[in-house]
Amino acid sequence: MGKTLFEKIWENHKVKTLEDGTTLLFIDRHLIHEVTSPQAFEGLRLAGRKARHPELTFATMDHNVPTKNKKDIKDLIAKQQIQTLEDNCKEFGITLYGLDSELQGIVHVIGPELGLTVPGTTIVCGDSHTSTHGAFGALAFGIGTSEVEHVLATGCLLQTKAKTFRITFNGELSASVTAKDMILHLIGVIGTAGGTGYVLEFAGPAVQALSMEARMTMCNMSIEAGARAGLIAPDETTFNYFRSQDRNFAPHGTALETAINKWKTLVSDADATFDRELTIDASQITPQVTWGTSPSMVTGVDGVIPGPNDVKGLSPRDVESALAYMGLKAGQKITDLAIDVVFIGSCTNSRIEDLRAAASIFNGKKVDPRVQTLVVPGSETVKRQAEREGLDKVFLAAGAEWRDAGCSMCLAMNPDRLTNGQRCASTSNRNFEGRQGTGGRTHLVSPQMAAAAAIAGHFVDIRNWK
Amino acid sequence: MEKFVTHTGLPAILWRGNVDTDQIIPKDHLKSIKRTGFGPALFANWRFEADGKTPVANFELNQKHFAGANILIAGNNFGCGSSREHAVWAIVQDGYKVVIAPRKGEGFDAIPGFADIFRNNSFKNGLLLIELSEADTIQLKESVEAAPGKTMTVDLANQSIVFGDSKLAFSIDAAVKKKLMGGLDDIGLSLLEDAAISAFEKNHDAQLVRA
Repeated sequence: MGKTLFEKIWENHKVKTLEDGTTLLFIDRHLIHEVTSPQAFEGLRLAGRKARHPELTFATMDHNVPTKNKKDIKDLIAKQQIQTLEDNCKEFGITLYGLDSELQGIVHVIGPELGLTVPGTTIVCGDSHTSTHGAFGALAFGIGTSEVEHVLATGCLLQTKAKTFRITFNGELSASVTAKDMILHLIGVIGTAGGTGYVLEFAGPAVQALSMEARMTMCNMSIEAGARAGLIAPDETTFNYFRSQDRNFAPHGTALETAINKWKTLVSDADATFDRELTIDASQITPQVTWGTSPSMVTGVDGVIPGPNDVKGLSPRDVESALAYMGLKAGQKITDLAIDVVFIGSCTNSRIEDLRAAASIFNGKKVDPRVQTLVVPGSETVKRQAEREGLDKVFLAAGAEWRDAGCSMCLAMNPDRLTNGQRCASTSNRNFEGRQGTGGRTHLVSPQMAAAAAIAGHFVDIRNWK
Repeated sequence: MEKFVTHTGLPAILWRGNVDTDQIIPKDHLKSIKRTGFGPALFANWRFEADGKTPVANFELNQKHFAGANILIAGNNFGCGSSREHAVWAIVQDGYKVVIAPRKGEGFDAIPGFADIFRNNSFKNGLLLIELSEADTIQLKESVEAAPGKTMTVDLANQSIVFGDSKLAFSIDAAVKKKLMGGLDDIGLSLLEDAAISAFEKNHDAQLVRA
């Protein structure tokens, strides 16, 4: 019987299945950031252990980094966390793209840029959005700090084999509908626990039509459906990502073509079976806007705020408490919601194509003066590219702020945050209570939808934008 | 890691679905480089007013009869969202030993009791997660509501929860059970496989090109 893509990567990395049924899985890339690693390094030191594969381990700083002046960290505890990462990388011989590096950025943005992310590898990071790298057909997932320590010490991770779940997107997306809308729509259908215990594989013509960056947006939010990993089989789009530009740690030239011949085997066989399958008609997907405090609380931009009994899979009490937190009433039209802040950035939507898409909306227009608009590139590399293309000038002319690379307002661990009661159209990945700042109200959308909301001062249907 | 064999303690109820790790430990409490001191940050934004000190009167876990609780009965999909292990550290360091949550529904529409990464993190810190059927969880929750202040015994060896006259069986992954009961450290165990890891490394291409 045929194998799924997940099973192929799993087999290639299986060191040993232990007596208790768990598997030691070899890890090809270990990415590290400042927030979830200090306790892991401390554990190694206390046990007198070394990093087994420092050459496969790469670090950067992103969560705590201020985006106005990176080096001016006023929060002393954040500063200590950043200093600790520098010290730990030095002590354990790990490559760091620190605050001085022109390659610094959000860990899930720089991994692919640097060619650390290649098809068929296993990639982990102490961050749930590690699922992003699955866009390349790499098995990539978030781990906790104890597991970070385990990978540092052993080069492996203990895993029980996940089940497989293929989601096939048939048809073609409508104009102005994006990968962000596809993944939000899917989460709305299967819920935030619909993918728990599974590795998702995204397939079908509407997925194959996506660029690499759009695929990253999609895989990024697999975790919001409860799945630790999302996968897309590598194809010509993937191969051209490497052919079009030399990516530091990925193969180049003839070595690349040899690698591509191997990567071509990284597909689910025609006769492979999945534990669960779902088909979605991509042509029916509308621009999505979340209205609640969980990514599954989502509807189309032409929709209304639901009532407590209108949401499948959620208790009326949970819906009521989400509406109370969000300051919303059942029946309100999404397009009537006024916005205070717009955030364009995060590991979900901060790559060059996202910025181009936002700039195409801002071009020649002005942000509503009541709206604070932040545009935050995912990496210093993205920032330079955007400035070469003059996108920064478009944002600034429209009245938006143009910042340095970092996680910024996605998670409010740095100075960028919402204040109590502020309503935000955000291209990030989580609309949890307080995620973007205590009392802040987050609506997740695509970059185009966020830019249009900044100009109009409220949500607008991007399909009717002129 | 401390061994978990059996635990008798006071249960508390937080009957909300999809409690994410941003709520379990809000981001303002993630900047420590230590592994301790997270207990007071547990549910900080729900537990305390904006001043960070005054208890929110109507928050479930601030109810008097839950004071000193160390077994938590929660809603489905507990621990979803961020991979932050700080969430588990906060729960454990606030004194909890066990979290019980329901598996709702059947088949593909089922919503599990716990999120994946949270589950892994819990077992690595000796925190026992028990997933019960929705009916069993509701029955247990209602019994606890009817008898405030009464203790519960969770017996991992026999896989049972005893509360008053009622006894509920639960299932658990055998590997997890063994590690919890032995207080076993994963890293130490994995390093015993050094020969297997070395043999694998010899024949494996990690696809990293160094200029």
